[in-house]
Amino acid sequence: MIPYQMPSLGADMESGFLREWKVRPGDTVKRGDIIAEVETQKGIIDIEVFDDGIVGQLLIKVDDKVPVGTLMTHILTKEEAAAGIKPEIPASPQVAPMVSPPPSVRHVKASPLARKVAEEKGIDLVSVRGTGPDGAITREDVERAAYKTSPAERSVSENVRMAVAAAMSKSNREIPHYYLATAVDMTKSLTWMAEANKKLPLLERLLPVVLLLKAVALACWEVPDLNAWWENGLVSKDHVNLGFVVSLRSGGLMVPSINDADQKSLSQLMASLNDVIPRARAMKLKSSELVQTTLTVTSLGEGAVESVYGVIYPPQVALLGFGGIHEAPWAENGRLDVRKVMTITLAADHRATDGQTGNRFLLAINKNLQQPEKL
Amino acid sequence: MTRLTYREALKQGLREALQSSDKVFLLGEDVGRYGGSFAVSKGLLQEFGPERIMDVPLSESGFTGAGIGAALAGMRPIVEIMTVNFSLLAMDQIVNNAATLLHMSGGQLNVPLVIRMSCGIGRQLAAQHSHSWEPLFAHIPGLKVVSAGTHEDARKMIIAALLDPNPVVLFEYTAMMNMEADMEDPLPAVDLSKAKVRKSGKDLSLITYGSGVYKCLDAAGELAKEGKEIEVLDLRSLRPIDTEAIVASVRKTHRALLVEDAWQSVSISSEVSARIMENCFYELDAPVQRLNGLEVPMPYPKHLEDAAIIQPSQIVSKARQMFG
Amino acid sequence: MTVQVQTMKVDAALKKQLLRQMLLIRRFEEKSAEMYTKEKIRGFLHLYIGEEAVATGVTAALIPDDNVLATYREHGQALARGVDPGSIMAEMYGKQEGCSLGRGGSMHLFDAKTKFYGGNAIVAGHLPMAVGMALAAKKMKRNQITCCFFGDGAAAEGEFHEAMNLAALWQVPVLFVCENNLYAMGTALKYSHAVTDLEKKAPGYGIASATVDGMDVLAVLDAARKAVETIRTTGKPYFLVCQTYRFRAHSMFDAELYRDKNEVDEWKKRDPVARLEGQLTSEGTLSTDDLVKMKKEVEQEVDRSVDFAEKGTWEPVDQISRYVYK
Repeated sequence: MIPYQMPSLGADMESGFLREWKVRPGDTVKRGDIIAEVETQKGIIDIEVFDDGIVGQLLIKVDDKVPVGTLMTHILTKEEAAAGIKPEIPASPQVAPMVSPPPSVRHVKASPLARKVAEEKGIDLVSVRGTGPDGAITREDVERAAYKTSPAERSVSENVRMAVAAAMSKSNREIPHYYLATAVDMTKSLTWMAEANKKLPLLERLLPVVLLLKAVALACWEVPDLNAWWENGLVSKDHVNLGFVVSLRSGGLMVPSINDADQKSLSQLMASLNDVIPRARAMKLKSSELVQTTLTVTSLGEGAVESVYGVIYPPQVALLGFGGIHEAPWAENGRLDVRKVMTITLAADHRATDGQTGNRFLLAINKNLQQPEKL
Repeated sequence: MTRLTYREALKQGLREALQSSDKVFLLGEDVGRYGGSFAVSKGLLQEFGPERIMDVPLSESGFTGAGIGAALAGMRPIVEIMTVNFSLLAMDQIVNNAATLLHMSGGQLNVPLVIRMSCGIGRQLAAQHSHSWEPLFAHIPGLKVVSAGTHEDARKMIIAALLDPNPVVLFEYTAMMNMEADMEDPLPAVDLSKAKVRKSGKDLSLITYGSGVYKCLDAAGELAKEGKEIEVLDLRSLRPIDTEAIVASVRKTHRALLVEDAWQSVSISSEVSARIMENCFYELDAPVQRLNGLEVPMPYPKHLEDAAIIQPSQIVSKARQMFG
Repeated sequence: MTVQVQTMKVDAALKKQLLRQMLLIRRFEEKSAEMYTKEKIRGFLHLYIGEEAVATGVTAALIPDDNVLATYREHGQALARGVDPGSIMAEMYGKQEGCSLGRGGSMHLFDAKTKFYGGNAIVAGHLPMAVGMALAAKKMKRNQITCCFFGDGAAAEGEFHEAMNLAALWQVPVLFVCENNLYAMGTALKYSHAVTDLEKKAPGYGIASATVDGMDVLAVLDAARKAVETIRTTGKPYFLVCQTYRFRAHSMFDAELYRDKNEVDEWKKRDPVARLEGQLTSEGTLSTDDLVKMKKEVEQEVDRSVDFAEKGTWEPVDQISRYVYK
């Protein structure tokens, strides 16, 4: 039994229309006989058989269009002639979906060589003035900048200033920020804290900022999208590592991270701050306290301005700002009162989240601060 | 040292080739009795006889194909196509036969043929006789394509091409025929496959070939007065292209200006530029720049022709811009 | 100059050899068509069925040192020239055991051993090369003819006319064989040529010419012998037109809209293979048993070529750039 398939008559023939069977089942054929007419894009072509035998069941109907290789009939021996054969249906191949990576952005005009040299010398190109064609930064420009700002020539604080400059410039270049703000009544929290502090030894007493950190850390559970990094897409983080902005007296900032802030008690958080802030000022932080931050908090502290609108540290996607705590008129349940009020601002990356997410996050923080006993 | 014109250098090269073996013969239009359209083969008919210096009818495809056949059958023909302008009539033979036979026959048949053609733009010859088509030929795998941009190469490239077992297309430059230069005597053999630094420098690479070589050397001299040390790299071989030499030069100077007579789109400079990006992008201190012939059919009047051809002053000013 | 050449005797052994050769070509081509429809052979496949007498007769007039160049419809010439059938089938399969390492396929059979120079698929592109090969033979003073097959379509190309002129001008030993099968792909001779008696094109170049019934292998052999003898005696080119017909379509993918089926059937009555079969059996050169035996041997030889191709191997991809340059 020999299968007879739709023949391939050219590399560009993919299928053919069967226009006429020239044989019937049971007909005897010999090699070279025309058994059918097939219409292709080039016209009707007679198709021949390559073996002697008896035509089996015709598996393709006239006017059917079938791909090359489709079983059309069988050429049988006399003994086989009675047997019936079912056509096989070939499976069509699966096509995997294509995913293209999102494009990345770089805006400083610098020659490739300048970039290479800058990387080798640790120079941020944002701080280099270009003198090449169209103001592009050339290798010479980088070398001049490197000479001026080589670490040996620079004070430590200048280096920190440069690092902050680079990070903030990158953030401003690349991150489309959006801002939300809300005023929070801190009276309950502060009252609860004053009570709690009465039971604690002097050195372990809590500061309001600890409550804020805990309230934020717990809110991250409710709104995980802001405890995340942007790395060609939003990557939510399992740990809540809160960066805490520490101003240096000589200028510049350090942002040590309080790792797993959500897992720590208020006392533990206070201890962490007491440990990390002096080390930050002395610039003696561990790398684990610098590179794993998932969300940054800046608190200007007592007597400061009302609200702070921050710049996000890439690759994080949000930054929370706590303004100073002031006494302010407060309307509630139809009555006017004076309360301890603080403004919380959220700067968030619009590539990663929308205002609605930010809104839920701020509401969650507020809710946590109204239930200080649960912190 | 002897002082020779480019024409005389070519003739001496041809004579050396003809003397190297009895199997070598020259066939082309007007190479014999007329003495060569540019007088390159003048006197060779008298010296070597009509069996070795064969005038052919105006049938570029026919005699180029015959050259391929003779090479297949054991001879070492040198086919001269009078000018590059007529080479399109022989393109089928060059592309479909000379370039493909070795690979298509599974390595059985090589074509040791030299095809010379006079090339280049200028001299108010208008749109059909003022072509720079090296890129067309350099596109074809199976061919070797070389360009004699100096007197040294005019003198020594023919014998080097003849010693190659592959079909070699050799470009010579009409506009340079009367130029004189001093040359060592005897001149050592040249390597067909390598580019050559014609002038060493550290500030910028002028990468060129053919009629661009002397123009670039002039421009480099001009820029030297401003304290710029310009390197001039003569590609010489357009297929294969000596990527190593290009990369070495760019690593040294970090700036590349590519100069050629041919039209810019899909040209030798397009290819060189791509290879620089692929191989030494991070060595670049300025974008690669190119100067090419203007993309118009060559106009006849002198002022328009000048506007279509790269002038040395343009090379100087373009180089200056690249320093910022 | 005309050379008087006697018609040479064709003995019984040679007649049988010619028949066997034509049967081999016929059966090989039928098998090729089959293997094409089974997608073993791809690209273009141009079959020689109907034209067997031309390759067989002309090639029989040549000596091993002569060069042969042909077109893309060249399986017949390659077989007649003695290229191994297995290496031809393997070539069409694209296997590295093919005569061109599988690089060429059906249209590009090359075999340096038998001086078979293609397998040239640009119509008329090989004519100038043939002239050049003959020029080399003349320069090297070799007793060698270059035989160049081409179709009626090629005679309309400029390269045909350039090659004829050069061959005559240089007086080189080349045999131009025009296989006039009446169609340049789908364009009939009368739509391609103002003068359809193609042999008349030769005198204008000062080239001797003849025309012969290309469906009669003995007539072709005789005409080819005369042509070859003339070339060897004079050293000049010769133009031989063989009037023939292809029974099959131009290539596999051809609906034959341009010719009438009755015309094909008429020509099939002049089948060169059947003609010689009939002649040899009726004159008693070949018995019916001999014929059956011969056909069986041919069938086996063709089957062996398919087996050889099936067992062939693919050239490793990392060798793809080998032989771009020597």
